[in-house]
Amino acid sequence: MKRSLMGRLWPNLAAVVIFVFCVFPVYWMFATAFKPTGDIIAEDPVWFPTDATLEHFRTAMDADHFWTMVGNSLTVTILAVVFSLIIGVTAAFALARMRFKGRRGFIIGFMLAQMAPWEVMVIAIYIIVRDADMLNSLIPLTLFYMVMILPFTLLTLRGFVAAVPKELEESAMVDGCTRMQAFRRVILPLLAPGLMSTSLFGFITAWNEFPLVLVLNKEAESKTLPVWVSSFQTAFGDDWGATMAAASLFAIPILILFVFLQRRAVAGLTDGAVKG
Amino acid sequence: MTVQKTERPPSGPTEVQTLDGGSRPKGPVGSARRLAGLTPYLLLAPAIIATLLLLGWPLVNNGILSFQNLNMRQFILRLTEWNGIDNYKEILTGEDFWRVTGRSVVFTAVNVVLIMVLGTLVGLLLARLGRKMRTFLLVGLVLAWAMPVVAASTVYQWLFAQRFGVVNWVLAKIGFESMADHDWLATQYSTFFVVLLLIVWMSIPFVAINLYAATTTIPAELYEAAALDGAGAWKQFTQVTLPYLRPFLYATTFLEIIWVFKAFVQVFTINEGGPNRLTEILPVYAYIEGMGNQHFGMGAAIALLTILILLAITSFYLRIVLKQEEDEL
Repeated sequence: MKRSLMGRLWPNLAAVVIFVFCVFPVYWMFATAFKPTGDIIAEDPVWFPTDATLEHFRTAMDADHFWTMVGNSLTVTILAVVFSLIIGVTAAFALARMRFKGRRGFIIGFMLAQMAPWEVMVIAIYIIVRDADMLNSLIPLTLFYMVMILPFTLLTLRGFVAAVPKELEESAMVDGCTRMQAFRRVILPLLAPGLMSTSLFGFITAWNEFPLVLVLNKEAESKTLPVWVSSFQTAFGDDWGATMAAASLFAIPILILFVFLQRRAVAGLTDGAVKG
Repeated sequence: MTVQKTERPPSGPTEVQTLDGGSRPKGPVGSARRLAGLTPYLLLAPAIIATLLLLGWPLVNNGILSFQNLNMRQFILRLTEWNGIDNYKEILTGEDFWRVTGRSVVFTAVNVVLIMVLGTLVGLLLARLGRKMRTFLLVGLVLAWAMPVVAASTVYQWLFAQRFGVVNWVLAKIGFESMADHDWLATQYSTFFVVLLLIVWMSIPFVAINLYAATTTIPAELYEAAALDGAGAWKQFTQVTLPYLRPFLYATTFLEIIWVFKAFVQVFTINEGGPNRLTEILPVYAYIEGMGNQHFGMGAAIALLTILILLAITSFYLRIVLKQEEDEL
């Protein structure tokens, strides 16, 4: 009896400790962002913001070029996701449904591309972009982000295409559709969940990207939010309230997206990862 | 963080005999068939061209740059000065590169061991919890997982801030009074400790959640059979759970090695490789030499050596994935 009680107690206790370890930094970011400055620099930490204030959010949003950077981040991210979906879905269709020479090689190639060392290639990319006179432009960022998320998009969508019963396509073709029409009218609508989850992951990757934009876009007007957040502390001294507000503003879209992801995609991802 | 997804099996044999054969009798049969044979390549072309141009070209360019003497002067005047293998000679005979490489390897090893051990434990814990408690813990894990790296590293700087940082306050309260005003980013090891904690914190959820999902697929009969054979809890774990999860654990470990080895953003945003360049790992070293000190050729050479190491790790990983998918390809 005693043993089974202990046996139940320990896992639950461990779960609570791990929960606190996981959540505390996230909580502390939001809590600090809402605390008045007096509470932030109190001798003893104020654990819960009782007189919450929006002052720090105002400071962050009033920062020079904040809205430009929001626009830049959104533009670059959305365009990169849309382009990689368009390119990715056609390639995924070929890889999932057709037999042709070199197919295996292409798949391995894209798997390798998925592991690409972007963090290490910044110097080479910087020189290429400078020679093309495109520093401080959003175009190279969009293109590189597109290719960054393309392998994942393509390989995942390949799985989703393969899961659509072939008979649906065939019966559409019997009804007089060409292969492409069958794809557009029959398969594409069934791919909606796959397109949704891959684009969410693509969004997260592009929204977070840091090394490239750090190197390529030095002018304030052309920066994106990750660089803005990382430089906040230098720009605003030890104003931790504003810094945490900036970090919160940047993190909120991703946190929200992840809530959606949980339902839709993580199940699919683990399906894949589990199969051994 | 991108996640490697292994595909579900296709629903049928993937050969195509239908290629426009009956449905479109236009044009001479020969050219139609040739066109049909080209279709997959045409569909793949945009993806391949984009990848070759935007990933392949920087890789090639990095190789070319690494054989050049390219510093600020050459950079501004746009001169191309070849210097053969001088960059590599200098790097490989110098001490710095080997020191940073050793540091990167130890850094990666410590991180990955911690991530895998703790992640596995949390994953197994998830499997043991009741439904409510499990959902509770899953929510916590997902929140840590979802935090963007740059936001997370800013928060860790604040948690470990010298003044008003909550970590120093707690340490002082529980008796380590000398820690009250500790500057974590002033020395090599304590900076690494903050980076390590950040990386482990961000990485545990991926391992734990996926591992938990994997345990749910272990057939109960396996445990029943083991219990019939008189296996205790530990034996069941080593004889049933571990062997079943092995492929998954291999793949996850390799992914983590690759990710941690390239952990540029975490190291750079916490302290830019400081103090005194003592926390530079290879990608940060390449960046600081190349971009920071404007020795672009040298930086490119370091980058290429780093890529070679990554390629070796990746090929191990790919072999495992491919073995798993052999029948599907």
